[in-house]
Amino acid sequence: MIGIEHYLTTASILFVIGIFGLFLNRKNVIILLMSIELMLLAVNINLVAFSSYLGDLVGQVFTLFILTVAAAEAAIGLAIIVSFFRNRGTIAVEDVNVMKG
Amino acid sequence: MSIFVLTFYLFSLSVIAGGLMTVISRNPVHSVLWLILAFLSSAGLFVLLGAEFLAMLLIIVYVGAVAVLFLFVVMMLDVDFSTLKAEMAGYLPIALLIGVVLVMQLAMAFGVWSYADTAVGAREVLLNPEYHNTQALGLILYDKYFILFQLSGLILLVSMIGAIVLTLRHRKNVKRQNILSQIYRDPDKSLEIVDVKPGQGL
Repeated sequence: MIGIEHYLTTASILFVIGIFGLFLNRKNVIILLMSIELMLLAVNINLVAFSSYLGDLVGQVFTLFILTVAAAEAAIGLAIIVSFFRNRGTIAVEDVNVMKG
Repeated sequence: MSIFVLTFYLFSLSVIAGGLMTVISRNPVHSVLWLILAFLSSAGLFVLLGAEFLAMLLIIVYVGAVAVLFLFVVMMLDVDFSTLKAEMAGYLPIALLIGVVLVMQLAMAFGVWSYADTAVGAREVLLNPEYHNTQALGLILYDKYFILFQLSGLILLVSMIGAIVLTLRHRKNVKRQNILSQIYRDPDKSLEIVDVKPGQGL
């Protein structure tokens, strides 16, 4: 076995990549959603690593719930993108100002 | 270096490479494919950690459902992605800055990190070597965390209804089957007998 620090390092690098992508792809909402998925994946790796190394199963249960919420969030987000694209013909984030007063 | 360590480094490198290429790839379809690579290799990491059920779940839910959903949406929307990507270079400095700052913060936290004294005592459900992973998860999921399990099902239901409501639309000029009007159609009124006189027409 290798130390838990290896897993934590991998997860934190993945998390930072997710945030990096959030700032890099400010125009494209689909890639933003993918970056959020990457961050959730990093959190999941952390939870499973701690669950495995501490010998506690609850971390894996919560990973299950995070997986559920991530799937729901992706479905809703993509539905919003599709209906927004139908109305406006673009998916750039800066054009999302319909509700601006 | 044992096989285990080698496998770990292989999987973690491909997770990171997949994540990075997802973010910086020019073509969104390639982004989704790199995302699938990241999910698959993190499933490998989960197997190394002894969480086989979650690894399989990750492959089924993420690769089988979420990534395919992304792929569908990317292909369905008729967006000129080259113009969206053209301004990516302008955001690169600030993205790099924020990334480096976050890495430094995480490294500082990593330097002084240690388990809390109460961490071992605070464990809720100890891993039992008698059961394998799936069985142990099922035993506590349907028992101790049953309410949370039901609530996550409710979240999925709400998101399903929300996605359908958001994307459903009725087009104006399309003829649709109206089942009620078909059922209530009266045979007596649907047929009309006309007595046509010879040579006159209607």
